[in-house]
Amino acid sequence: VHVRPRLYWPITLAAAALVGLLAYGLASKGTDDSLDQSVANGTPVTAPVSTLPRLGATGTGSLADYRGRPVLLNVWASWCDPCQEEMPLLEKAHKRMAAAGGTVLGVDVQDDQEKALGFLRSKRITFPSLRDRDRAYVHEFGVTGYPESFLIDARGRVVALSRGPVDQAWLDAHLPKVLRERA
Amino acid sequence: MRRGAAAVLLAFFALAVPAVAATPRTTLPDVEDEVMCVECGTALNVSQSPVANQERELIRRLIAQGRSKAEIKAALVDSYGPDVLAEPSDSGIGVAAWWIPVVLVPLGLLVALLAARRWRRRGAAAAAAGAGGVAGAAGPDALDEADARRLDAELSAFDR
Repeated sequence: VHVRPRLYWPITLAAAALVGLLAYGLASKGTDDSLDQSVANGTPVTAPVSTLPRLGATGTGSLADYRGRPVLLNVWASWCDPCQEEMPLLEKAHKRMAAAGGTVLGVDVQDDQEKALGFLRSKRITFPSLRDRDRAYVHEFGVTGYPESFLIDARGRVVALSRGPVDQAWLDAHLPKVLRERA
Repeated sequence: MRRGAAAVLLAFFALAVPAVAATPRTTLPDVEDEVMCVECGTALNVSQSPVANQERELIRRLIAQGRSKAEIKAALVDSYGPDVLAEPSDSGIGVAAWWIPVVLVPLGLLVALLAARRWRRRGAAAAAAGAGGVAGAAGPDALDEADARRLDAELSAFDR
């Protein structure tokens, strides 16, 4: 196709802008696995911190509120079946951690608050949860599905993570070390 | 007696008006096609995932409470974030969806205007050339004298 010289540059620039926009869109939707790589290499990364509304309570809370204590941050939603299966184990882990000064901290994502509270009541969950309604906070952890868990030591660093439900073996492998450090 | 009946009727209609005003103003399909399933990335009216079912349940509950469509959408945003609305976000890549039409529509109008002006000029030039040809001026399609003579000769040969 013959393109007039006068139109060559405007058309080329417009096409380049569209390609750039597409590339930016793809890059911004991509997942970040740098946290996984750092944890796998044994180089703990400081956990992202953000102030979020408390689930079932007034006011806000943050991971920073638990600085100096080990935290098992669990990302969940009441409509997520694997999260429902995992919850009793997390409640047990919370009691174990609480005895050593730690806690499980839930982050309820994209959930109907009424349903979420009903879900916690039905499972007799006692650990606190924050609400991340638009996934902005958990996105910083590279979360792509639910549930996912991040073990954070007393210095606020992610030392282990589970991209999927945790099991007793995972808890036994990682909890004792962070609880010992706290003690 | 009649006055009593009239008073009862009046009271009934006076109470009925607010009751009608409080009836649900929207329906599930009316809201569903303007809302997304937050996990699937598809419109809620074609989604069947657990979170989509929960969103529908919330919409039904709010409809039953007589909430308006705007109130229901606000409640959905409060639970699921702005991504639940089937419209581009006003940050990140979503901004492009708002600004590209704003830039492209005036640009398209400008191009159409320039093209129309060019076509009009060409049309006027062609018309002028055509008019000149009728008047005997040598236009681009006019025959020179030799060709005109040859054409006349050949046409007269047909007449014989």
